Amino acid sequence: MYKVKVYVTLRESVLDPQGKAVQQSLSSLGYQGVEDVRIGKYMELQFDDSVTDVEGTVKEVCEKLLSNPVIEDYRYEIEESAKQ
Amino acid sequence: MKFAVIVFPGSNCDVDMYHAVKDELGEQVDLVWHDADNLDQYDGILLPGGFSYGDYLRSGAIAHMSKVMAAVKKAAEAGKPVLGVCNGFQILLESGLLPGAMLRNKNLKFLCRTVELSVVNNETMFTSLYEKGEKINIPIAHGEGNYYCDEETLAKLQANNQIAFTYASDVNGSLSDIAGITNEKGNVLGMMPHPERAVDNLLGSADGLKLFQSIVKHWRDSHVVKA
Repeated sequence: MYKVKVYVTLRESVLDPQGKAVQQSLSSLGYQGVEDVRIGKYMELQFDDSVTDVEGTVKEVCEKLLSNPVIEDYRYEIEESAKQ
Repeated sequence: MKFAVIVFPGSNCDVDMYHAVKDELGEQVDLVWHDADNLDQYDGILLPGGFSYGDYLRSGAIAHMSKVMAAVKKAAEAGKPVLGVCNGFQILLESGLLPGAMLRNKNLKFLCRTVELSVVNNETMFTSLYEKGEKINIPIAHGEGNYYCDEETLAKLQANNQIAFTYASDVNGSLSDIAGITNEKGNVLGMMPHPERAVDNLLGSADGLKLFQSIVKHWRDSHVVKA
């Protein structure tokens, strides 16, 4: 069993109006030091033992569906997890 | 001419599209469910607006994996007209039939009003009945219509005349005010504004009708032998 954590974020070159709004909100709350906020997505995938190439499969699904390479980057962490 | 309006779970402009083609344009049209795998009997494919699969993950991301999209790609490769409106445009972007992606509107608001568009390219099968530079009034209704692509793609869109419509003024933050683009071949058009909601003066504008009439004219010119 593997637990995979996938993080999808907007590319640096892409403006993030949501992050900008949150940053301005933090600043109006008095947190002047928060220079920038970028909002992304976090997903947890559970793989069973039938998947032999976990890393290859994760890359594949990230590119095919979980992220849109035109505007987003992804990274992932793979953890071995014990059977429930 | 026979059209297919593709219906996904969450489509909500499918009936408007159907009405525009059947009653205002006067052509044949079927509503086709997303699990269809063959669109060979249709001459034109229409992807309507809405919130397919609840916009989960990204707008259009789940819909572009559905069975019917393989048949839509086949129709596009065969040179048939494929029109995606609003969510339909987002699905075409996700499927790679058109370049680029959509971001949330610059002001983060869902925008629902009639806007003025400029016809940038009137030499496509979708726009031939408009004048070049013509200003038309078409409604928009979207939260993610802020068109984005990299500089290289934008240069290519401009060089190949693939920008069909632009907003007359900045509406949602779209790059170069892009409202609608075609593929390189010119037979796939994606646009955020809703021409099917502007097909009768009773609706506030009939400026969208010429888009559908252009498609039919192109089809007649190339398929119907004149006596």
